[in-house]
Amino acid sequence: MKRILLVSAPIVLFAVLVAFFYAGLQRDPTVIPSPLVGKPAPAFELESLGNPDWRVGSADFTGRAWLLNVWATWCSGCYQEHEVLLAIARENRVPLLGLNWRDERPKALQWLAELGNPYAAVAFDGEGRVAIDWGVYGAPETFLIGADGTVLHKHIGPLTLAAWRQDFVPRLPEAAP
Amino acid sequence: MIPELGHFALVLALLLALAQALLGLGGAARSHAGWMQAGRMAVAGQFLFVLLAFLALAQAFVASDFSVAYVAGNSNSQLPLFYRISAVWGGHEGSLLLWALCLAGWSLAVAIFSGSLEETFRSRVLGVLGLVSIGFLLFMLTTSNPFERLMPAAADGRDLNPLLQDVALALHPPLLYLGYVGFAVAFAFACAALLAGRLDAAWAKWTRPWTLAAWLCLTLGITLGSWWAYYELGWGGWWFWDPVENASLMPWLAGTALIHSLAVTEKRGLFLSWTLLLAVTAFSLSLLGTFLVRSGVLVSVHAFATDPARGLFILGFLTTVIGGALTLYAWRAPRMKSAAGFELTSRESFLLFNNALLVVALALILLGTLYPLFLDALELGKISVGPPYFEVVFLVPMLPLLLLVGIGMHAGWKRGQLATAGRRLLWLAAVALAAAIVLVAAIWGGIRPLATLGLALGLWVMASALLVPLDRLRARARLPAALVGMSLAHFGLGLTTFGITGVESFRIERDIALAPGESAELAGYEFRLVGLRSGVRGPNYVATEAEVAVSSAGRPVATLRPQKRVYHSGGNPMTEAGIDAGVARDLFAALGEDLGGNRWSLRLQYKPLIRGIWLGALLMALGGAIAAFDRRYRRAATVAPR
Amino acid sequence: MTPRRKRMFAVAAILAGVGAAALLARLAFEENLLFFFSPTQILAGEAPADRKFRVGGLVSPGSLQRAPGSLEVRFVVTDNQHSIPVRYAGLLPDLFSEGKGVVAHGRLDGQGGFIAEEVLAKHDENYMPPEVAESLKARDQPGGAG
Repeated sequence: MKRILLVSAPIVLFAVLVAFFYAGLQRDPTVIPSPLVGKPAPAFELESLGNPDWRVGSADFTGRAWLLNVWATWCSGCYQEHEVLLAIARENRVPLLGLNWRDERPKALQWLAELGNPYAAVAFDGEGRVAIDWGVYGAPETFLIGADGTVLHKHIGPLTLAAWRQDFVPRLPEAAP
Repeated sequence: MIPELGHFALVLALLLALAQALLGLGGAARSHAGWMQAGRMAVAGQFLFVLLAFLALAQAFVASDFSVAYVAGNSNSQLPLFYRISAVWGGHEGSLLLWALCLAGWSLAVAIFSGSLEETFRSRVLGVLGLVSIGFLLFMLTTSNPFERLMPAAADGRDLNPLLQDVALALHPPLLYLGYVGFAVAFAFACAALLAGRLDAAWAKWTRPWTLAAWLCLTLGITLGSWWAYYELGWGGWWFWDPVENASLMPWLAGTALIHSLAVTEKRGLFLSWTLLLAVTAFSLSLLGTFLVRSGVLVSVHAFATDPARGLFILGFLTTVIGGALTLYAWRAPRMKSAAGFELTSRESFLLFNNALLVVALALILLGTLYPLFLDALELGKISVGPPYFEVVFLVPMLPLLLLVGIGMHAGWKRGQLATAGRRLLWLAAVALAAAIVLVAAIWGGIRPLATLGLALGLWVMASALLVPLDRLRARARLPAALVGMSLAHFGLGLTTFGITGVESFRIERDIALAPGESAELAGYEFRLVGLRSGVRGPNYVATEAEVAVSSAGRPVATLRPQKRVYHSGGNPMTEAGIDAGVARDLFAALGEDLGGNRWSLRLQYKPLIRGIWLGALLMALGGAIAAFDRRYRRAATVAPR
Repeated sequence: MTPRRKRMFAVAAILAGVGAAALLARLAFEENLLFFFSPTQILAGEAPADRKFRVGGLVSPGSLQRAPGSLEVRFVVTDNQHSIPVRYAGLLPDLFSEGKGVVAHGRLDGQGGFIAEEVLAKHDENYMPPEVAESLKARDQPGGAG
C-alpha cells in the first residue's frame, strides 16, 4: 500500500504541474475592468485645441454614441495607434472626440497636420483635470460612450484594429457589418 | 520547389514514425518477427526523410531563398556561409527540425548498434522512440512549419540575431539537443522495461552507454553555452540562472543522478524503480526545457498565450508522453523489487546520497524556475526568483556532495571497507584544506571561510579522483576504461569546483570612464586605454575597436582589443569583449559607449581561475566518453532475462 | 541491515531530506525573492521604501541623458501609464535602448526617483521580461502605424 502511494507520487505531482500550465495558458492578461464602465460618462467642457474661443465638450454628442481618445504628442503609444484612429474615422461610424492631455498646443496642432486628423473635435486639457475625472492612467486611452451617455467600454494603451473590431464594433448601437 | 519537397519529406517522415511506433510496439506485443523487422526499416526511413527535410531547409538558407518565411526571418544575404548554415537552427521552427533530426539519428543508432538486445525489447524501445517522434513531427507540421512560403517573397532577410553569429553558439544548440534527445533513448529503455514488467542488471548495462553519450553531449552543450555567454554577452558572467539555462541544467542534474544510479543497478541489481523514475525524469525535464523555453511559458506566460495553438499542443504532448510514462510507472514499478541489502559505508550508500543530493538540488531549482508561474497562475503577484536563491539552493546540497564524492570513489561495493582507505583519505582531506588555506592567504590575503571551503573541496575531489587509478596501477591491477572515465570525470568536477570558487570569491570588476592615454588600476594590473579606432570592418559589421594595454609592475602583459559592433542588418550595437586568457586568471575589457568629452566607458574585470570551470567540464565530458566506450558495453550483453 | 531496518532507515532519510530541502527553500525564498513593481505601482506607493526591488517597463523615448564624460546616466522608465526617473552609474547593456523594455534592480531614492545598481538585458532582442510584458499588458503590437 505504501509502495503504491510512493510510485504514484510522480504522476500526481506531474498532474498538478499540468494544471498550472493549463491555467497559465488560459489567462488573458489584457482584461482590466474600469470602474467607469457602465456608469454615466463625466460631463466636461474645454477649450478647443485649434481655437481657444471655441468650447468643446461631452454635450456636443448628446443622444449619440461617441469615442473619447486621450492622446498627447509625448506619448509613443499615441503615435502607434494614430493610423488606427484614421482608419476608424474613415469608417465614419462613430464620431471621435480627442482629449489632448497635458500637451502643448503648437506641438499638438503640428502633429495633426503631419499625421492627419481623425477627430471630429479636439478638446485641450493642458492641466489634465478632465482626465482625472475620467480616471485616465496614461495616454493613450480610448472610451466608448453610448447614446444614453453611459461608458460602454474602455481600452488602455494603443488601439489596434483587432481590438477595435472585437471590443468596440459589437458595442456600437447599430452593429451592422 | 525544394522547400515543398522538404515539407513533403516531413509528412513522409511522420507516416514512417507512425509505422515505427505501431510496428515496434505491436510487433513486440504479438511477438511478430516480421512486424518488428519492418519497424526497424521504418526507423531508417524516418531518419532518411527527416534528414532530407533538414537538407532542404539548409539549402534554402545557403541559397538565401527569402520566399521561405523562416529563412527570411533568420538569415540575410550578407550573412557568411557558416552562419547561414547555423541559422537553420537559429529560430523556433528550425530548432524543432534539428530536434527531430537528432531523435531520428539516435533511433537509427539504437536500431543499428543494439544487435545484442533481445528482439522484443529492442522493438519496444524503437516503438517508444517512434511515439516521441510522432509528437515532434506533428507539432512541426501543424503549428511550426519551417517551409512555409512568404507571399510575396522578401527582398532580403531580417538577419540572424547578431548574438547568435558565433562559432560556439552555432554548435551549442546541436550539442544541447543531442543531449536532450539522447535521454529519449534512456526514456525508451525505461518504458520498454516497464512494458515488459521486468528489469535486471543486463538492462542497466544496455542503458548505460547510451545515457553516458547523451550526458556528455549535454555537458559539452552547457559548457559551450556558458563559455559563449562569458565572452559574447559582453559582461563577463558565466552563468545567470535564467530560465533558459536552468532548463538545460535540470536535465543534466537528473542525467548525472541517472548515470550513478545505473551503476548501482548494473553492479548490484538495486535501486531498480528509482533508476526507472530517473530515466523518465531526465527526458521529461528535457522536453519541459525545450518546449517551455522555446514556447516562452517560462520567459513569459503571455508569450505562450499569444499562440494558444502551440501552447495547447505542447501541453497535450507533454501530458501524453510524460503522463503516459509516469502512469505506466505507477502501474508497473511495484513489481520491480530490489532484493539485496547493503551497508552504510558501501559504495551503494554513497551513490544513494549522491542521488538524493542531486535530486534535492534539482527539485529546488525546478521550484525556483516555476515559482513565478505558480504565483502568477494563483494571481498572487509578480515575482522573479533571482540568482541569489539559486546560488543558495544549489550550493547547500553541493557542498556535502563534493565531500562524499571523494570518499565514495574509494568505498567498496556492498560492505565497504572504508577502514583501510579511511586513514589515507583523512590525510588527503587535511592536505587539501591546508593547501586551500595557504592559497587564499598567500595569493589574496586574509581568511575567507567559504572560499577556503570551496577551494579545499575542489582540491580534495581532484586528489581523491587521481588516487583511484594510481591505486590500481600500484596494485598492478587491470585499469578498465570505465574506471579511467570515472576518475577523469570526477577530477573535472573538482577542477570546475575549484574554478567556480576562485572566480566567484576573488573576481574584481570595475566600470570606468577613460579618455585615450588614461589608465586605471585593477587587481595589481594597469589598464591603459591607448586609443580607439572606428570603422574596423568585419564580414557583415563595422566595429569601433579600443586598444587597451595591460601591464603589471611596468612590464607589459597583454593588449586587449574590445569592440563595439554594429551589424549591417541594423539593431543595437553588440559588445565584443577583449580577453586575455590565462591558466590562473583572465583579464577582461568590454567597451561601453562614447560618453562625450573624448571619454569612453569601459568595464574591466579580473577573473581568477575562470578557465577551470570549462576545462573541468570538458574533462567531465571526456571522462563520460571514455566510460561509454568501455569494452564491457560492447561485448554482447547476452544475459538472459531472469 | 535487515530489510525492515533498511526500510525504516530509507524512510527516515527521505523524510529528513525532504524536510531539509523544504527548510532550505523557505530560507532562500525569504531572502532572495526579487519583487517586481511597475512605475504605476511605485507611484501608488506599493513598492517598499527600504529594500531593493526591480522596476521594469519601457525606456521612455528621448529620456536618456548623461553627463558628458561620466558614467552616470539618467533615463525614464514608463509602463505607458506612469513614469519614474532612474539614475545609474555604469555600463548599459547592449540591448538597452530608448523605447525598448528594461529591468532595473535597485532602490527608491526617497524623492520620487529610483537608483539602479544593475540594469538588465537578456540574450534575446525579442525577450521581454515577464513582468514588463504584464505591466504593458501586452498591448504594444504595432497597430499599423509607426
